[in-house]
Amino acid sequence: MPEEDISKYLRLDKLPHIWCPGCGNGIVLHAVLRAIGKLQLDQDKVAVVSGIGCSSRSAGYVDFNTLHTTHGRAIAFATGIKLARPDMTVIVLTGDGDCAAIGGNHLIHAARRNIDLTVVVFNNSIYGMTGGQSSPTTQPDDIAATAPYGNLENAFDLCELARASGASYAARSTTFHATQLPLLVEKGIQNKGFSFLDVITACPVYFGRMNKMPEAVDMLKYQRDNARNIKQWSTMTDEEKGGKFVIGELHNKPAPEYTDLYAALRARLKENK
Amino acid sequence: MPTAAKTGNEAMAEAMRQINPDVVAAYPITPATEIVMIFASFVADGLVDTEYIPVESEHSAMSACVGASAAGARVMTGTSSQGLALMYEILPIASALRLPIIMSDVNRALSGPINIHCDHSDTMAARDFGWIQIFSENAQEAYDNLIQAVRIAEHPKVKLPTMVTTDGFIISHCLEKIEILEDAQAKQFVGERKAEVSLLDVEHPVTLGALDLPDYYFEHKLQVAEAMRQASQHILEIAKEFEQQTGRKYDLIENYKLDDAEIAIVALGSTAGTTKAVVDELRSKGVKAGLLKIRVFRPFPAEALAKALANVAAVAVLDRADSYSAQGGPVYTEISSALYGKTKAPKLINYVYGLGGRDVTIDDIRGVFSDLQKIDKMPTFNYFGVRE
Ligand SMILES: Cc1ncc(C[n+]2csc(CCOP(=O)(O)OP(=O)(O)O)c2C)c(N)n1
Ligand code: SF4
Repeated sequence: MPEEDISKYLRLDKLPHIWCPGCGNGIVLHAVLRAIGKLQLDQDKVAVVSGIGCSSRSAGYVDFNTLHTTHGRAIAFATGIKLARPDMTVIVLTGDGDCAAIGGNHLIHAARRNIDLTVVVFNNSIYGMTGGQSSPTTQPDDIAATAPYGNLENAFDLCELARASGASYAARSTTFHATQLPLLVEKGIQNKGFSFLDVITACPVYFGRMNKMPEAVDMLKYQRDNARNIKQWSTMTDEEKGGKFVIGELHNKPAPEYTDLYAALRARLKENK
Repeated sequence: MPTAAKTGNEAMAEAMRQINPDVVAAYPITPATEIVMIFASFVADGLVDTEYIPVESEHSAMSACVGASAAGARVMTGTSSQGLALMYEILPIASALRLPIIMSDVNRALSGPINIHCDHSDTMAARDFGWIQIFSENAQEAYDNLIQAVRIAEHPKVKLPTMVTTDGFIISHCLEKIEILEDAQAKQFVGERKAEVSLLDVEHPVTLGALDLPDYYFEHKLQVAEAMRQASQHILEIAKEFEQQTGRKYDLIENYKLDDAEIAIVALGSTAGTTKAVVDELRSKGVKAGLLKIRVFRPFPAEALAKALANVAAVAVLDRADSYSAQGGPVYTEISSALYGKTKAPKLINYVYGLGGRDVTIDDIRGVFSDLQKIDKMPTFNYFGVRE
């Protein structure tokens, strides 16, 4: 049982949620709310922004300032909020398709600016909401509705993408690692700069069924069996890494933050007047 | 002719299978996803020869369509609402380059607020991009229109991209019995695309999409307008040919019990079906009611419409999209312009209705007809089915 009571962060009248039985989205959202609870953030000073997708429905269920936007653009909307209200904690809840396919451009540019957003990707390797098409995190040979005989495309390593683009914090965890996950989110929120969280989660209904993991438990086992923590990962050979993925804090390098730089520039220009 | 039970989406996917386009580029969106998903399985199962590109957004989808079409390929895509909106930047480029891209658009309300259900706001906002726009009343028409769209778009005197629409969920997801052409018959009907210029014709290199400043831009736009005006006649020719094959008759508009009608409704899409039921009911009670259904919205069939409505006393134009303080919804403004200055013209009123999938009932349509019977007391601009 979680230690923190997160029910005050939920719009209980909006429940039950739309997610399928066994969907991992609830675990991810729970982790985000636990992190917020732990940090004791002022509820009215938190803005949660989402795009479109199963995962993005999260924004409707939480009792903060929320903005449910269009498919792929959550980070762009969030950038506007953060620039207008740098004092607010701005959290983006998004899917792998939302964030890395249609919205990939916004991801890399927000990371490049190192603007103080915390982006949590519910990464289920599939477009859940539209029925299981391949996404930029569908691995080669995985089955998807648009790739019935196996995916031909390469997948993004989203943490690498965020890091290479300029994010000052990048971490990965899974819905199986339910104790680690909120801690990583917490650190992401605390980081003053662009924080990126790649959360491996389960869509048993589409991804699972098509990929021989039809039960939620199968998918959790997959996460348990294939995730390697960063310490262990650094000792593994390329061969051992095959089919596995690394979890933990992968990148943490504080860097000047965009709204700070902006404020400093304004102050300097005012002084010079 | 073979018959099958198909939803609107399945019917469109079936038409795509028979058309066997060279390239399909698409991104999923409710309620249009199925069309391209079913088609993707045809590709995977080797039932078509198509290169299928699962792009990362609709903007990329339409861009890929433009590239492939410019290379001489027969190109199709499918989308809805926000997806269509994301294509808006590229739509007028497709028409300006005279690329006969064929699209199925499943009508869905534009955000915001976020909604996934039917209205015509997505298609109507795209009405001035130089695309031919054909509306369907049911799955049969969706299938028939898509097959004909290939010929229309690629007609050498037209060469304009063409979208065929269905109403989200109401048509896209409802199962109906439809008649389907034999594969060989469909293949023969659509023929092969013969592109006049092609980027792949290395013997005759061409430049497409070049900068076109005040010196020529205007002339090129005039050519699009001219092609659009010409298109009406070719749409009719192609419909005739289609009728010879199928026995199913198509026109720019459909007049339903309109000849002696005293009151009539003008509607597009599935609402025309609902209206027909009410017209029949009123006729059985001796009320001279009728329907004018617009099938082709672009090119706008102004003359045919003015003629068909000339002897009707009172007409209600139904708009499933609002134009916010314009002189009525988009269909109404077109019709009132078409009737302007005509000596014989009906009294016209307008209704905006059914936004965001608000149900359209038989009772709603009865209400409109009863308003028409006291048209002198009616305001010009009305809504139905909405709480005030
Ligand atoms: C412009 C636009 N294109 C397409 C869609 C349809 N659409 C809604 S959600 C979605 C994909 C969702 O996948 P993901 O972001 O991975 O989230 P998930 O549902 O898996 O949580 C798509 C394609 C849309 N809403 N808007
Ligand atoms: S479709 Fe997949 S991602 Fe969406 S709610 Fe169901 S299980 Fe979750």
